[in-house]
Amino acid sequence: MDTKTFIIAAVIKIALVVFIMLTGVAYTTWLERKVIGRIQNRWGPTRVGPFGLLQPLADGIKFILKEDLLPDYVHKGLFILAPMLALVMSLISIAVIPFGETITIAGHTTALQISGMISSKGAISDINIGLLIILGVTSIGVYGVALAGWSSNSKYSLLGSLRASAQMISYELSLGLSLVGILLLSGSLSLREIVFSQSGHWIVGGHDTHIPHWFIFPQIVGFFIYLLAAYAETNRIPFDMPEAETELVAGYHTEYSSMKFAMFFMAEYVNMFTVACLASLLFFGGWHGPHLAFLPPLGQALLPVLWFALKVFFFIFLYIWIRGTLPRFRYDQLMAFGWKFLLPLAIANIIITSFIVAWRG
Amino acid sequence: MIIHQVLFIVFGFICVAGAVNLLVQRHPINSALSLVVVMASLALIYLLLGAEFVAAIQVIVYAGAIMVLFVFVIMLLNAGAEERTRGSSVALFVGVPGMIVLAGTVGWLLVHSGGQLGGVTISSSSFGETHQIARLLFKDFLLPFEITSVLILIAIMGAVVLGKREN
Repeated sequence: MDTKTFIIAAVIKIALVVFIMLTGVAYTTWLERKVIGRIQNRWGPTRVGPFGLLQPLADGIKFILKEDLLPDYVHKGLFILAPMLALVMSLISIAVIPFGETITIAGHTTALQISGMISSKGAISDINIGLLIILGVTSIGVYGVALAGWSSNSKYSLLGSLRASAQMISYELSLGLSLVGILLLSGSLSLREIVFSQSGHWIVGGHDTHIPHWFIFPQIVGFFIYLLAAYAETNRIPFDMPEAETELVAGYHTEYSSMKFAMFFMAEYVNMFTVACLASLLFFGGWHGPHLAFLPPLGQALLPVLWFALKVFFFIFLYIWIRGTLPRFRYDQLMAFGWKFLLPLAIANIIITSFIVAWRG
Repeated sequence: MIIHQVLFIVFGFICVAGAVNLLVQRHPINSALSLVVVMASLALIYLLLGAEFVAAIQVIVYAGAIMVLFVFVIMLLNAGAEERTRGSSVALFVGVPGMIVLAGTVGWLLVHSGGQLGGVTISSSSFGETHQIARLLFKDFLLPFEITSVLILIAIMGAVVLGKREN
């Protein structure tokens, strides 16, 4: 593949993925309001379009048209930088996520991943450290929250952002450690390699068990640590202390209005997508799923993407479902849970997994 | 190769500019954020050298974890802008000549014996990969690595003891 085709393919992929991602984010808000509505025995949005389907569009127009207030005495530069940082950092992590193997359009084969490339020999190369990039980008994303509260020059914002960044720093540790078990089993940090190592079935004692070779089965403890820590990282119920709209004055985004507020909102939902994508890639075999032989060739080519999208949808739905079900932690419970329960459990999981991996050679 | 050089100059410039800005800024938060920029551009220079793992760790540990704690503490103490002093005579009479001598020595060495310093040839394609770094850390340099870990553990315990003393 020459440089020109590579750049054109990359630009098309970036535009497509960002478009799908932001549309997905918009309709996740619709889905959330609908599902929460049904859980609470009401209808959710119904007025704008059939089933309220145009509601995200109306919300978007509203956000853009609202007055963009810039309070006096804020630290202007950082106040404007913070929401941008939050949104950009959440979008960057999408770049390393593989949505499927490869796709061939008009004689050009390309990897279904923004950062994936096809080498001259036809092999797919991926960034070796995909998983670390996501962790790094997440850790930079904390600045968005921290700076937003500080630069607002308001005590409620500052307290909110201290609460939020303390929570994110605490749970980042368990999040990172919960993934070590996966790395031990797959032996790679590349997301593509991790998915490849999950193909086929588990073979126990020479017998084919017909259970897919997904890492959820040996790493069920790791999966639960990951899920809980990721919920805390994305500030969602039951860990949505940074926002806590029913009992506190919002949080770090108290002083934000219009599109700047919307950017924090979008960042939160894009992060939810990243968490859902990672959970499907690391624990549920990514794009692996049953082959459906009766589909036409194009359907066959897009089937892995469909399996992947279904898994991601399941995790997004789980987010909403949990929001409709669970109450919120108290702050001291949240900190104690993170440091005294999740972290030791994650370390124990790593030790046991590495012993088993070493024992099996 | 030309792209590498252009990128190196760009990131090197950002790195130095961030470092200078760190000293010039009067507010601690701005200084801390300049340090984040320095760390991040260093990570990109590591990436240009082919050391992917080190670059990622640089971002996660330094730009992410450590600097977030810096910013967090500055926010918690609500540190205000610092006042500029008139400069000390020690800096003027010792620091400035010292800096000139150091810069002169390094520059002279680079100009006169730059050819003899030798470069690093990256032989294998697996250079900088996670596997290789793990092998170095846990096999060749296991003892220094473990001793460093114990040192850090002692520092953590010391911090806990100091923190608990008030009760």
